[in-house]
Amino acid sequence: MIAHAIFFYVFSLIAIISAIMVTVSKNTVHSVFFLILDFISISCLFIMIGAEFLGMIMLIVYVGAVAVLFLFVVMMLNVAQQKNQWLLSEDSSGHIPIGLIISALIFFELIIVIGGWKYKPDLFNSDNLQISSELSNTHSLGQILYTDYIHVFQISGMILLIAMIGAIVLTFRQREGVKKQSYIKQISRERSEGVEVLDMPSNKGVKIDD
Amino acid sequence: MIEIGLGHYLTLGAVIFTIGIVGIFLNRKNIIVILMSIELILLAVNINLVSFSIYLNDLSGQVFTLFILTVAAAEAAIGLAIIVVYYRNAGTIRVEEIDNLKG
Repeated sequence: MIAHAIFFYVFSLIAIISAIMVTVSKNTVHSVFFLILDFISISCLFIMIGAEFLGMIMLIVYVGAVAVLFLFVVMMLNVAQQKNQWLLSEDSSGHIPIGLIISALIFFELIIVIGGWKYKPDLFNSDNLQISSELSNTHSLGQILYTDYIHVFQISGMILLIAMIGAIVLTFRQREGVKKQSYIKQISRERSEGVEVLDMPSNKGVKIDD
Repeated sequence: MIEIGLGHYLTLGAVIFTIGIVGIFLNRKNIIVILMSIELILLAVNINLVSFSIYLNDLSGQVFTLFILTVAAAEAAIGLAIIVVYYRNAGTIRVEEIDNLKG
């Protein structure tokens, strides 16, 4: 129990500090690095609390895909030189106090909700999705994901497909002056536009204008 | 303090959520950092869902965390694609120069 507490405090401290560094870091690449650190420490917390599958999936999806995507975009757009200096720039200083006040209010509202929250008795034992002790986390998640939540699962697959098509369509660019093979032009070619039969007088050449 | 309960995880989620909100409110320079703040907010929501799922002994919270993960990945891909297209057209992605709508 003491080890649990120590690990919780260490991981959550790292997570909070790196989350702060994501927002205040001057360099965008450093922000991405701290975002990766944040995701890794939160997934360690997930694994520690007993949701191993989600922790591993978060490592794969966020650290392996999303953070690398962010890094690619930061490299492509050359924004590493654009300093992220919201604390120092004078034109944004009017937003800082009101933004901080509203953020503090949101935080205190959340804390009040957490502090006043009690277990509702009918929230327990109300349904059949209890975490069983003999099955592993991945096994039990798979058992309900492919039975009870199969339609939502399929819809999330459709969301990913649509996101992929949307990203491709958004960033696709037709370049000028690039020679490409066009199947429809090749197939729809007729004999009349490819071959011409000429009358050849003997002992004279034929002038073909191209 | 030693006994780690649901309140500890919910407080961690609230702190990270607020940091993400602060990042969105106060960032006036870089729109990629705003996208990263949105990722932080979704992460805080995931922390809440997973800790409720564990402490209330109900698996559906973890299932919904999976779906939030899916939507977050799709949102990051679309948002970064929009940023790339905007940068190609306008030549800048500084937040204070994106004022086409004169808002």
